[in-house]
Amino acid sequence: MKSTLLWSGIASLAQLIWLVLAGPLALGLMRKVRSVIEGRDGARVTQPLRDLRKLAARQRTRPTDATWIFSAAPLVLVASALVLGALSPLASLHVLMSSRVDVVAVLFVLLLGSVALLLSALDTGTAFAGMGSSRAAMVGAMTEPALLVAILAMSLGAGTSNLARLVDAGVATSTLAGPARILALVSFFIAVLAETGRLPVDNPATHLELTMIHEAMILEYAGPDLALITWGESMRLVLLVGLFSNLALPWGIATSVGALSLGVGLLALTLKVAVVAIGVSLFEVTTAKLRLFRVPELLAGAFLLGVLSVISAVALR
Amino acid sequence: MRIDAVLAARPARAVVELATSDLLAGAGALLEAGYRLALVAAHDDADALRVVYLFVDGPPDQRVEIHVRLSRDAPIVPSLAGLSFPAGRFEREMADLFGVVAQGHPQPRPLVTHQHWPRDWHPLRHDARERGPWLRDADAFPFAPVEGEGVYEIPVGPIHAGIIEPGHFRFWVVGETIIKMKARLWFTHKGVEKLFEGRTSAGALALAERISGDSAVGHSLAQALALEEALGVSVDADATRARALLLELERLYNHVADVGALCNDAAFSLAQARALTLRESLLRLNERVTGHRLLRGTIGLGTCELREAPRVEELDDVASRFGEIVALARANGIVMDRFRGTGVLAHESACDIGVLGVAARASGVENDARVAHPLVTCASYVPRLETTGDVMARFDVRVREVAVSLAMVRELLGASTPDVVSPSANTYARSGTGIVEGWRGTIVHRVEVNAEGALTRAKVVDPSFVTWPALSVALANTIVPDFPLVNKSFNLSYAGNDL
Repeated sequence: MKSTLLWSGIASLAQLIWLVLAGPLALGLMRKVRSVIEGRDGARVTQPLRDLRKLAARQRTRPTDATWIFSAAPLVLVASALVLGALSPLASLHVLMSSRVDVVAVLFVLLLGSVALLLSALDTGTAFAGMGSSRAAMVGAMTEPALLVAILAMSLGAGTSNLARLVDAGVATSTLAGPARILALVSFFIAVLAETGRLPVDNPATHLELTMIHEAMILEYAGPDLALITWGESMRLVLLVGLFSNLALPWGIATSVGALSLGVGLLALTLKVAVVAIGVSLFEVTTAKLRLFRVPELLAGAFLLGVLSVISAVALR
Repeated sequence: MRIDAVLAARPARAVVELATSDLLAGAGALLEAGYRLALVAAHDDADALRVVYLFVDGPPDQRVEIHVRLSRDAPIVPSLAGLSFPAGRFEREMADLFGVVAQGHPQPRPLVTHQHWPRDWHPLRHDARERGPWLRDADAFPFAPVEGEGVYEIPVGPIHAGIIEPGHFRFWVVGETIIKMKARLWFTHKGVEKLFEGRTSAGALALAERISGDSAVGHSLAQALALEEALGVSVDADATRARALLLELERLYNHVADVGALCNDAAFSLAQARALTLRESLLRLNERVTGHRLLRGTIGLGTCELREAPRVEELDDVASRFGEIVALARANGIVMDRFRGTGVLAHESACDIGVLGVAARASGVENDARVAHPLVTCASYVPRLETTGDVMARFDVRVREVAVSLAMVRELLGASTPDVVSPSANTYARSGTGIVEGWRGTIVHRVEVNAEGALTRAKVVDPSFVTWPALSVALANTIVPDFPLVNKSFNLSYAGNDL
């Protein structure tokens, strides 16, 4: 029992270290893929890490009218990502508190970061940040139901809302391609794109302030605070992509304790996240940004897919 | 000549001297007869001030100038703002830089000069004293307030993200819908017209090339044509054909870049990357043809010599690569959805504002100096009109014009070269006008020279000056995140406007 706890701790720690590096590297990978397709050399995959180092060394500045909320938001964002990195079944099913980590709780801890950013944007009192947070609130209000319904559908299928057992059920079953599951995964994937501010919902590469959603909220951040936000955002991206790939393709995740299975789990996780990240990049290159008022249509579609998934999960049980 | 004689004879060139009391009737009659007010310029004649109103029509090429002399002490003209929207803009510019008051103007406020300019300082007057100290303007930047439930004000610029020119935009929005937008420009006012004074032709052409960097050929050609008319310099047919060719090369690289940039503003950067590569090929072609990537330094007074001609294979290559980019954009449903119905400039609005160039042709206004004031008669030129007036229309006009430009370049290089339209004889001693269809629209220059051939006054009208107000009109009922797309579809010059 004691050694299980020890191994859980080691697994959580390993995941944490993995997440800290994988976030920025995934961003670098996605940018590299886009560059290559567009016929450019592009920056190195490690460039986001260098950017973080550069930003971290800069002076800390903040708007004169901002309150403690502005300073706290980057910390909340990073902390929420780190907590989930330690407690979610990413590389191993046996992480700390794995028997108590409910999927709904995971989502809400994740959204804590979104809410913190939204508040910090309002806290600055600038026109762009206000505009960005109003848009982010609109997108968020439609993303969360889609995420929740998708999760509900998968929980119904597996008969549990515990995240580790949900993934475990995926490993155990051989019928991954059930209609309920596929519908739920598609819905989940669209919601992940929206929640992480990727195309076709938001353009992470734009410099046009008036079109921004997520970027508009963080315009006032600079230096170490901006580094924290970029880092936290990239970890959230990898967390969601990691959860998605574990729900879609659970194989490789460590189902038993021990160094070997944990190593294999980390390797499998890295591969899966890289594949999904490249897939997202390829999708982004071929798409474009939706007109803002088409975004609710997309998210309503994702929600509808989730509902259909729930219905088929109940009907086919 | 008298106005009624002009209207009866429709001469190629005419000058009408009018008293201020007859101006409204005279200008009204010309506008009624279909002439367009292309330029208004004040002049300082030492003993008096003089205002020149240039009215143009075509084809065939017709230019009528109304000259009005004013006393130095009370330089007042009746405002034409009620007859023509561009007139109102020219009058405000004239009031700022010359102190000529347009009586009865509906918007009697500064246009060019910002709040910190001394109000009684008019730099283009020859007796302008040393400028006094700048005034404080930190809190004097008033906009007409827009009030109502849920109205939200967004100030943008003058400094923008990205490498673009400065301009301040003030949006009033409800939710995401723009209910009003005001643009405040002239942050890059450099006193270009003052810089022309005293220059001889070589210096004037070099300056004209730098008015708006992307319109080097358009502006220097308009300047050259004006100077040649003023100085009585003739141009041979080959040089005129070479100039027509350069004008199309300039249109090509700019339209290609705009097509890519429009896709990029809808976050479809793949098309942008391809368009930028094609633009680079065109710039290298420019360099081989003229020795300069942006086509500078080739147009001289009465001359235009190319280093080498573009090869036909190169033109074919441009055509096929451009076709791929356009196909890529058209195949993307989201991009098309963003373009369609966005930023509509209605036909009537375009006519009322006097919009020029791409924006005019996208709203169904047939307005092209290549037809009205041609250099050469190209059989391959066909007007490309769209009628919907949205971003899609402005995209389509550019796409079609690239094809037309390529065809014109081919024709100009071909065996049976197009006829050159010979310039008319000079009608007014030591003054001249140059009208050219730059890639944005019609560029007009008017110059006056002294006995030594040095410039005493040059007036420059970039199409952006008359077209900028259309942007605000096109934005009505557009949503805020579509503004960059609409703005890019007009792609107006700040430098050419601010002068």
